Amino acid sequence: MSVATSTPDRLRSAVRLKWLILKTAIEERLAYRGDFVFSTLIRFLPVVTQVFLWRAIFSNDAEKLIRGFRYSEMIAYYLLVMLARAFSSMPGLANGIAGSVADGSIRKYLIQPVDMLDHLFWHRVAHKLVYYAIAIGPFSLVFWLCRSYFPGWPDWTVIWCFVASLLMSFAIGFLIEAWIGLIAFWFLEVSSLIFIYMMLSYFLSGHMIPLEYLSEWLPFVEYLPFRYLAYTPAAIFLGRIPEHRLPVEMMTQFSWIVGLFVLNRITFARGVRRYSSFGG
Amino acid sequence: MAAIEVQDLCRQYRVYRKREGVLASIVGLFRREYEIVEAVRNVSFRIEEGEMVAFLGPNGAGKTTTLKLLSGLVVPTSGQATVLGHIPWQREDSYRRRFSLVTGQKEQLWWDLPAQESFRLHREIYRIPDDEYRRRLDELTDLLEVGRLMARPVRELSLGERMRMELIAALLHRPDVLFLDEPTIGLDVVSQRRVQEFLRYYQKEQKITVILTSHYMKDVEALCERAIVINRGQVVHDGQLNAIVDRFSQHKILDLQFSDGQVPSTLTRYGQILETRLPRVRLQVPRQQVSECLATILAEHSIDDLSVSERPLEDVIAELFSQPGEPTDHGGSL
Repeated sequence: MSVATSTPDRLRSAVRLKWLILKTAIEERLAYRGDFVFSTLIRFLPVVTQVFLWRAIFSNDAEKLIRGFRYSEMIAYYLLVMLARAFSSMPGLANGIAGSVADGSIRKYLIQPVDMLDHLFWHRVAHKLVYYAIAIGPFSLVFWLCRSYFPGWPDWTVIWCFVASLLMSFAIGFLIEAWIGLIAFWFLEVSSLIFIYMMLSYFLSGHMIPLEYLSEWLPFVEYLPFRYLAYTPAAIFLGRIPEHRLPVEMMTQFSWIVGLFVLNRITFARGVRRYSSFGG
Repeated sequence: MAAIEVQDLCRQYRVYRKREGVLASIVGLFRREYEIVEAVRNVSFRIEEGEMVAFLGPNGAGKTTTLKLLSGLVVPTSGQATVLGHIPWQREDSYRRRFSLVTGQKEQLWWDLPAQESFRLHREIYRIPDDEYRRRLDELTDLLEVGRLMARPVRELSLGERMRMELIAALLHRPDVLFLDEPTIGLDVVSQRRVQEFLRYYQKEQKITVILTSHYMKDVEALCERAIVINRGQVVHDGQLNAIVDRFSQHKILDLQFSDGQVPSTLTRYGQILETRLPRVRLQVPRQQVSECLATILAEHSIDDLSVSERPLEDVIAELFSQPGEPTDHGGSL
């Protein structure tokens, strides 16, 4: 069998493989157009309910401060959190990995010379790109309609940190969900674990309410990785994290990526060793 | 030179043993009982390069587990194996580029896309140069007659068509070793034959080493000369396929055509009558009494025609697998 063997060839081949996974996954994602467009658009419904909820909470006085948030800041925060979750949420990832362990379809990743986590990562990037391509219209419309709630554009340093934080939130979301999926090597059924994770991340990521509301009762919340799934990017954009703290915040978020990456690698290596290859 | 060498390979599974009933389920929440299942027990064999070997055994015999061990999907409890000089469960990329595993589950292809998209992905995964990829793809699609199906989403293909696409995906990188686990399961007769013919041709042309498990004896007889029979995790026969009948079948078949059109009532004393279609009778007699039976029948009755044949391999194997008891070296008892 002839294969490309020199280092530049291998590098070129690796890039081509990732690119092809990306393209193929995009094509796959677009196979069910109707369902995809509907599921993308339906995600905007909670925005409306949240705006009404916070409007009711601040009904008497929009300038009132609740834990440091005015009504307008709260709406801006919520919209930014929604944007962050569009990066960090990974619907179906953990369930998909667990399902493939349970039904044996994971074996294609084990017998072929591919890295499963790398493959799934690029697969997920493709899904997100297609999602953004469809959602950019509704997102722009919502942000434009709600532009008065925002304090204005922050400076470039903050914008760059915000973008970097969004991208890192994607990596953290991917690594946490992939790790939960890999636990299926030990416990075949992980749907309860996924449910617990969804519940925890909804609270502890700042998705439901800003973490300022929780930190009094749950002071450890800032030491967990969940905050990077929603709160941190939003807080950076809104200037709630002082600029001198941004490098530390970025480094901490990056450290979580490294830590979770190592955890995934160890879990995968050990999981494969105890794998029983179910499903015939 | 040996392509596959297996020495005392064992694989045990710890299996949760659930007792019957709701109460037992509740008790099981707090205290679980496990049992050790020996899926593969001290299996040893050696397969030379370019050989095509059938791996036979009833469900649960350990065939698929052995293939999973050789594919590196599971790690053995003990024992050793090398395939093309590699230890399979170390899962080195250099090994994974040199073998393919095809199962009846057909899972290498992307379900919602045409198979050609999956093949392109395989080209990159296995780093097949473009010109070779094109040549191999053309050759395989011609041989398997699937050219017109390349642009159709996999989910819209029939089972037989999908299986042929799976074979293409498995062979595009031209593996040196091919593990086929029930490749024709669920296929109709036409598709089965097409896959059979393809495998026979391809193996002969490429001289690849193949292990085939199948419950269809027609597959096995058409493709393999050598068979390894495995039962309850142990190898009970390793040799020529037709030697299975000599070794394990206790009977032979006599086909008799009586001149007077009457079946003698004394015929049952020689053996079991399998079929009567006057004036022909099919009789199963103990192997070591064949000549004695024939001499007596010919002396006592007027016979127009007779033939002696072995029992069909399928029947012998079915009988072999249905017998209780531990395997023995001779005599066919398992």
